[in-house]
Amino acid sequence: MQVKALTFAVALVAATAIPAAAAWAEDFIIVQSTTSTQNSGLYDHLLPQFQEASGIEVRVVAVGTGQAIKNARNCDGDVLLVHAKPAEEKFVTEGYGVSRADVMYNDFVIVGPADDPAGIGGGADVAEALAKIKQSEAVFASRGDDSGTHKKELALWNAADVDPSSASGTWYRETGSGMGATLNVAIGMGAYTMTDRATWIAFGNKQNHRIVVEGDTRLFNQYGVILVNPERCENVKAEMGQRFIDWILSDEGQSAIADYTRDGQQLFFPNARMS
Amino acid sequence: MQDFGAAFAEAFALIVGLDAELVAIIGLSLRVTFSAVIIACLLGLPLGALLAVGRFPGRGVVIVVISALMGLPPVVVGLAVYLMLSSAGPLGVLQLLYTPTAMIIAQAVLVTPIVAALTRQVVEDLHGEYDELLRSMGSSRLGTIATLLWDARYSLLTAALAGLGRALAEVGAVMIVGGNIAHVTRVMTTAIALETSKGELALALGLGIILVCLSILINAGLLGLRRTAERLAYA
Amino acid sequence: MPDGAVMPLCEPCHPQPNTPPAVVLDNLVLERGGKRLIDGLSMTVPAQGVTAVMGPNGAGKSLALRLIAGLIAPSAGRLECMAGEETRRRIAFVFQKPVLLRRSVRANLDHALRTYGTPRRERAERLAELLALGQLTELAERPARVLSGGEQQRVAMVRALAAAPKVLLLDEPTASLDPQATAAIEALIRRAVDDGVSIVLVTHEAGQAQRLADNVCFLHQGRLREAAPAAAFFHSPSSVEARAYLAGELLI
Repeated sequence: MQVKALTFAVALVAATAIPAAAAWAEDFIIVQSTTSTQNSGLYDHLLPQFQEASGIEVRVVAVGTGQAIKNARNCDGDVLLVHAKPAEEKFVTEGYGVSRADVMYNDFVIVGPADDPAGIGGGADVAEALAKIKQSEAVFASRGDDSGTHKKELALWNAADVDPSSASGTWYRETGSGMGATLNVAIGMGAYTMTDRATWIAFGNKQNHRIVVEGDTRLFNQYGVILVNPERCENVKAEMGQRFIDWILSDEGQSAIADYTRDGQQLFFPNARMS
Repeated sequence: MQDFGAAFAEAFALIVGLDAELVAIIGLSLRVTFSAVIIACLLGLPLGALLAVGRFPGRGVVIVVISALMGLPPVVVGLAVYLMLSSAGPLGVLQLLYTPTAMIIAQAVLVTPIVAALTRQVVEDLHGEYDELLRSMGSSRLGTIATLLWDARYSLLTAALAGLGRALAEVGAVMIVGGNIAHVTRVMTTAIALETSKGELALALGLGIILVCLSILINAGLLGLRRTAERLAYA
Repeated sequence: MPDGAVMPLCEPCHPQPNTPPAVVLDNLVLERGGKRLIDGLSMTVPAQGVTAVMGPNGAGKSLALRLIAGLIAPSAGRLECMAGEETRRRIAFVFQKPVLLRRSVRANLDHALRTYGTPRRERAERLAELLALGQLTELAERPARVLSGGEQQRVAMVRALAAAPKVLLLDEPTASLDPQATAAIEALIRRAVDDGVSIVLVTHEAGQAQRLADNVCFLHQGRLREAAPAAAFFHSPSSVEARAYLAGELLI
């Protein structure tokens, strides 16, 4: 009887585990990307169109830009689509990526509670707003996860001549989490935070938070796409990856990006041609 | 809080609507979890029984280590399995990262210590009762282990259920090695994490309610099966 | 007598003068926590017949049985199976409280046959024999552990017989059974004796020993005080301790 039970168990494992491996037989690529693009729903809009046009399935792993770049360095992906231009250029010059191209942009905004304890509502100078947050010691939630948004935020603190790391744990709170999780935290504790506009528009738990600072040119948020270097990573599906990049940079892909709206607002602005 | 009402409404709507995507996600959750638990049982049951029956140097240390590993953080397991399966890692050639197989491996690593530790406890108790008999019969070590495992099978179901609960509920490991890729490696827990990060709290909670219901159903089903089988055949 | 150090036993009722004894215990000592629980025990188990082991509680009867079975190792002394390894492997044990597997009666016996290495093709036939022998055929599919005490002990008896044992060690097999169940066990014991199995029976019941035993070994404080043919032992025990024990004057 024991033997029978064992045989049954082995058969069950085989039946369940083997189809899992078989999933690899299909044509697909892995795109290492960011939580902001996924959480905004952009990929749910874009990828079916690409798959229809090309027959290639795109599997998106959405993590922070920092982790996405590290994963790509480990050859765990075919294409990198992130938003931290200096880090992306470094990735290419170090030979991990073939080349980088602009895909689209949107902008970052500072969101905060309706009572606006730092009194920065309606401002357009992000550095000034951050300085006021520091002065009033109003709570600010930072991603703190080496993501593209986090890198950008740190650059802006620098522009405001504030070193927030010295206030870590007091009014400056690093969540170490993705954009959505950080927004939930900020809303939960009535804190300010910086987010890309697309994630904010698509975010479902805004409660009484609203945009307090926007429109500063320094809040510009550029997304780039890079093919992981097949000479460095032999498992990279360079041909299929390049087809995805070509498509997203093409008129068809670019207009698909422009078409994506939430609540009547466009979330991403294609700018491949401008680069 | 209105979110709870909305969550139950969402959960109800999802179940009633038999949302195809939800069904696929539940299916993958069950496939990954059950596969992992079966593998963990294939490894953990003999290991636990060996620890219960065997007397060898270092046994006490192994028992302590395995008990401690019951509390292994899923994220750590996920990270370790990621590093093994990454293309840059030693098992990269297998190209298993971001597949359900990788998730099964990670969860099997997570669950095996639970099954082994609980098995050791159960089998050790039974061994106390059977030891003289089996030795008087000249039973081999292997025969003894097989006899003990078989006779403790209904109690061991509890060990498997504990492992199942852990695997079904954990998100840290499958998130890292599976990547939460839509239609490929998205399971209930990673979907809940995603909806939470999208701020869709009611939907996330609704999925959570479904997961809990699923867990209750599985446990009730297996425990009911156990009771019936026990009553019918063995006391 | 092969060895002067071995306490002599009288001729068994089923005399096989040329058959060497099944087991010889030579000056066995068992120490636990500085106490000598078995203190220089020497006795022989003949190749046939029933040897009753008697004595007050704590005399070391059960320990002696476990030493013979090899379930515990002696601190000193020698234990010899005269017919060698073959006998060693074919010593079966029945405990006072039957230890039955959490399976059906049939599965319990099947497990025993497999453990004892009965060839697969003989198993079904042996199984049927054993069930019939224990009057268990009707109960074959019942879970063993829900049976009555007497039925459980019958299962334990025929399970031990599944080994086709040379020696069968019985540790107070009827101590907690009613007269009817006791009779059934005793019938199984007689049947085994007729089949040539040597039986060592630990019992507190003088009546049972008189009904079954060919020889009696009387233990007291871990030592053999008296070994005699059953009739002689019960008629006129030679040791003071045995006399007191049979008179119901408990001594420990």
